[in-house]
Parts: sequence; C-alpha cells; structure tokens
Amino acid sequence: MDDSLNLVVFSGTDDKLQAVAVLTAGAAALGKKVNLFLQYWALDAFTKAKIDRDHGLAPEAGDEGRAAVDALAKAGQAPWAETLRQAKDLGEVDIQACSLSMDLLHLEEEDLDPLVDGVEGVTAFYLNAGEGQIVFI
Amino acid sequence: MANIQVDARGLNCPMPIVKTAQAIKTVASGDTVEVLATDAGSVKDFAAWAKTTGNPMVEQTTDGGVFRFVLRKK
Repeated sequence: MDDSLNLVVFSGTDDKLQAVAVLTAGAAALGKKVNLFLQYWALDAFTKAKIDRDHGLAPEAGDEGRAAVDALAKAGQAPWAETLRQAKDLGEVDIQACSLSMDLLHLEEEDLDPLVDGVEGVTAFYLNAGEGQIVFI
Repeated sequence: MANIQVDARGLNCPMPIVKTAQAIKTVASGDTVEVLATDAGSVKDFAAWAKTTGNPMVEQTTDGGVFRFVLRKK
C-alpha cells in the first residue's frame, strides 16, 4: 500500500483531467495502486450527464493553449475518460466520489458515470492512501 | 522474433507504456514484446518501466524518429 498513488482531483477542466488520466495510467502500468478522490468540479465532470462534454481549459491556457489541446486531440489523443477506462482495465485503480461534494452538487450515486466505484469520506480516502503519496490537482 | 508486437507509433504518453503493459500480461514468462513508438519520452519511460516492473529490456534501437524496444517478460 505504501507504493500507492493517491490523487485528490478537484479541478474539472479537461486539461487537468487529462493530466490526472496520464498520471493514473502511467502508475497503473508500473503496477502501482491508484486511488482517485473526486471533489467539487472534478466530481461534476464525472456525472453521466457531463462526462462526454467539453469541460473547457484552465484560464492560463488561453487561445494558444486551446489550439494546442485541440491539435493533440485531432492527432488521436484519447479523451481523459477513455484513458482512465484503460487504466482501470490495466491495473488497480479505484475512483471514489467525495461525499461532501456529492451533497454540494446534489448528486446521487446513480448520477455518476460507471468509472466511479463508490462514494466515501475523506477519512476513508486517507485510510486507503496509507503511507502513499497524495497529490492534489 | 518477438512473441508479440505493439505498434504505438503516433501515440502520446502514456499510451505506449499502457499498451505494452497490457501486451505483456498476455504472454508467458520468458516471452518477448517488441514495441515501436514515436513519443519523445519513450526512451526514458521504457527504461524506467523495465526497471520498475522487472521485465528487462533486451534490445533498443532508433530508426529515423521511431524507437524500437524489445522487452522480456520476467
């Protein structure tokens, strides 16, 4: 468990979620256990209603960043949700929704995309993370 | 000849590694996987992956921007 990667995923823009997917898939390929804890706008992006939508980019991306991201997608880069599905097929990746954010966004478990394995509180997240690294995105 | 080939040309990080990790699951111990990749990070990534997972890299060549790796399943 000490070798796990634990990502607290807060941001809901496509660039940051793409970074989350890349970090997750890379760790899964190395055999690391990965725990994702979805909060706030990231959780909103994992709802069935919104997962396939355009979630915009971080403000610092600007027009040039938008063009660069679009060019990568056009060249065949998989959307972040697809990369996460592959990571889950490959390794041990557990995706949990933060229960407080579920309340904040008035969500029920059936509103979430099947990529999400369940709902938990922050204590359970820390327990599962153990001594592993925790990264906030 | 490698037992299985992975054509990851044109794929961005981390897909070459992800596809290789998927492929190595399908072969037996001692079998080899040959990978073609164009991602600029793949030379360092495949070295790190081989070291971390314990599946040794037995060959590595470069041909006009295409990197070729042969990995043996431990």
